Amino acid sequence: MSNLMEIENVSKIYGPLKALSGVTLSVPQGQWLAVMGPSGSGKSTLMNIIGCLDTPSSGEVFLDGVRLSELSPGELTAIRREAVGLIFQQFHLISHLTALENVMAAQFYHSMVDEREASEALEGVGLAERAGHLPSQLSGGEQQRVCIARALINHPKLILADEPTGNLDELNEKLVMDILHKLHREGATIVVVTHAPEVAAHAGRVIVLEHGRLVSDSVGEAPSGGAGEGEGEGADDPKADFSEADGEAAVLNRPGEEGLEKNTDFSPEEIRARS
Amino acid sequence: MFLKMVFKALTRRKGKHLMIAFTVALGVSLATAMLGVMFDVGDKVNQELKSYGANLNVVPRGSSLVGEKYGFAEGESDAASSNYIKEDELYKIKMIFWAYNIVGFAPYLKTEVEFLGKTAGVAESAGASPSGEFPEFSAADGRILRPRSGLGREGSEDAERAERAGHGERAGHGDRAGRAESAASGLSGEPGAFPGEGGVVLTGTWFNKTLKLPTGEEVEAGMLPLKSWWLIEGEGASDLDAHGALVGRDLAERLGIRPGDSFKIRSAKGGEFTLQARGVFSAGADEDDQIFCPLALAQKAAGLPGLVERVEVSALTTPENELSRRAAKNPDSLSQLEKDTWYCTAYISSIAYQIEEVLPGVRVKAVTRVSESEGPILVKTQLVIILLTALTLFSSALAVSNLVTAGVMERSAEIGLLKALGATDLAVSALVLTETLTVSLFGGFFGYLAGLGFARFIGLSVFGETVEVRLMVIPLSLVMVVLVVLLGSLPALRALLRLKPAEVLRGR
Repeated sequence: MSNLMEIENVSKIYGPLKALSGVTLSVPQGQWLAVMGPSGSGKSTLMNIIGCLDTPSSGEVFLDGVRLSELSPGELTAIRREAVGLIFQQFHLISHLTALENVMAAQFYHSMVDEREASEALEGVGLAERAGHLPSQLSGGEQQRVCIARALINHPKLILADEPTGNLDELNEKLVMDILHKLHREGATIVVVTHAPEVAAHAGRVIVLEHGRLVSDSVGEAPSGGAGEGEGEGADDPKADFSEADGEAAVLNRPGEEGLEKNTDFSPEEIRARS
Repeated sequence: MFLKMVFKALTRRKGKHLMIAFTVALGVSLATAMLGVMFDVGDKVNQELKSYGANLNVVPRGSSLVGEKYGFAEGESDAASSNYIKEDELYKIKMIFWAYNIVGFAPYLKTEVEFLGKTAGVAESAGASPSGEFPEFSAADGRILRPRSGLGREGSEDAERAERAGHGERAGHGDRAGRAESAASGLSGEPGAFPGEGGVVLTGTWFNKTLKLPTGEEVEAGMLPLKSWWLIEGEGASDLDAHGALVGRDLAERLGIRPGDSFKIRSAKGGEFTLQARGVFSAGADEDDQIFCPLALAQKAAGLPGLVERVEVSALTTPENELSRRAAKNPDSLSQLEKDTWYCTAYISSIAYQIEEVLPGVRVKAVTRVSESEGPILVKTQLVIILLTALTLFSSALAVSNLVTAGVMERSAEIGLLKALGATDLAVSALVLTETLTVSLFGGFFGYLAGLGFARFIGLSVFGETVEVRLMVIPLSLVMVVLVVLLGSLPALRALLRLKPAEVLRGR
């Protein structure tokens, strides 16, 4: 299948700090990718570059075949608007707008406001009854679901989620992950940045960054019901691939994949310990 | 959706937005008041200048006008003043086309008399005084003084007085000292009747007179309304008091006259008159060396019954332009249409022309130092107001700038989010500007209303009457609000454009 995103030897330097160092990565259409690593490893920098919120110091990024380094800030904004849906750990809802209006705001800056479509999006995340509530009247999980509805309203090709369950309890974490699974089954390409091995375990592929370098790239079975093309056969419980195998087997290396450092003994527990 | 976002943002951050509205209201109120005053100040200054004296001088055609044109004081024109103006024709000045623009007028007849000394009471005798000598008088401090002619003073002394009175242009008259001898000959009565150090100038006038026009209408005339800047100590003179007089400060000091004192004078014709000083005045000019008395008394002293030698007229006029200047040179050079336009406009030259029409045998000249000073005073006043307005608006813009920038900083996460969602810099700037502009227009509206009040206050406290704020101030206030908002929002917009969503959304 075709790659939605290709990253070639990307580096990002902030003064004396090398946040990313020669990262090369391809993300096929429909893949669910988890980006892991300890704090300061370059996860967020990579996400910002993928989401057109930042530009690399060197290297090339292709999103849906478009070379991002050739684009002006305005064109990058347009790509972000058209192709990327952003989910934040802190939800970042506009506090004086209702849940419905928050979703419609994304429509407004994309194209046309369609209240019916925005309501359906909220219904899709189970918040039809809460559409008229302000963020302050919603729980953390509900706010995150509004954030997801807003990210999806413009039908982006790529969904970028930054610690999507970082501020949620277990119940809401499950709700959010269920929504991501549903999206993945529908063919969405998802990149999730997370510290949590439990969250990463839902992904079909996990990469690990350390000191700005890609130290591990593991492909497991496709998440349940996901498109999973090119990632092996689907599994009913993807979490089991990473969390139930006592760490060691959770990270799968793909022998023979070019440009990647092999890391056969890397586990989520180890990442947690490093973090 | 845009308006909904603006409205909800406005209602959510009421405190901050009220501060912006208040700041703009304050700036606009002051600017409105000042602009209101500026547009009305022309009329106000015009009226104020009118209070500084007459702007037209009516003299017999036979007298020299050189002195008038170049601002020489009264009585200095050459000796050809054999012609006079009839007092009973002066009412016609209030019957010209621009009669309502004539705000006041007063006749003068000047004669030189001999001061005989203070007396106990008021009396009049037709007998001549045998004495040709002036007595000596004691001043209040005990010094021995001799009366001197007011026209023979040293130039430097004259210049000093002119400076004190703020009439700087008169300082140049100090060179008249050398001409003092001949100047006295310009007075009515016998030329050089009291040569040497003797002689006091007695000027007859209407102090405050009510005239009855043939139409039955009554009009006020007289000198006192024209000399509103005179400081008078004492009860002041009246036309009803045939022997009441006002004595100039310098003369009163020299002669030891105080308000209420009676004194005796003798005219060149030989008549003796007793006057009572109803007041001592300070004019800051040549008049401080003169005695002002009712016109009839001066006419009797000069032997010129029913005659005056000069009339001062104060008229509200329209600023001069090319047409009026051409007409002033020669009215016959104008086409009929131009002449009609000129005649029907309250130019100082057309009013002068109309007075000459009703009073044949007179010549009317503009007192240029009054009429010409109007323009520069007006321009300078307006310049000061414009500068103050600009400073006020700049201060408001600075305050708005701080508030809007602080607001943008506080909302950086929200603005970063909008950018992350795909909003362009222009779209986010438009959102912030619309919010600020809406709040500012709200504040500007109340500022405008407050400005009307300020303008009233300024008008009443400075000019003694309300200022009419022109309609033109409304669009100007609107422009000011927009300017303040744009200027004040520039730093905020700059900060907004520099804001990187990746940084603010992650709390960096």
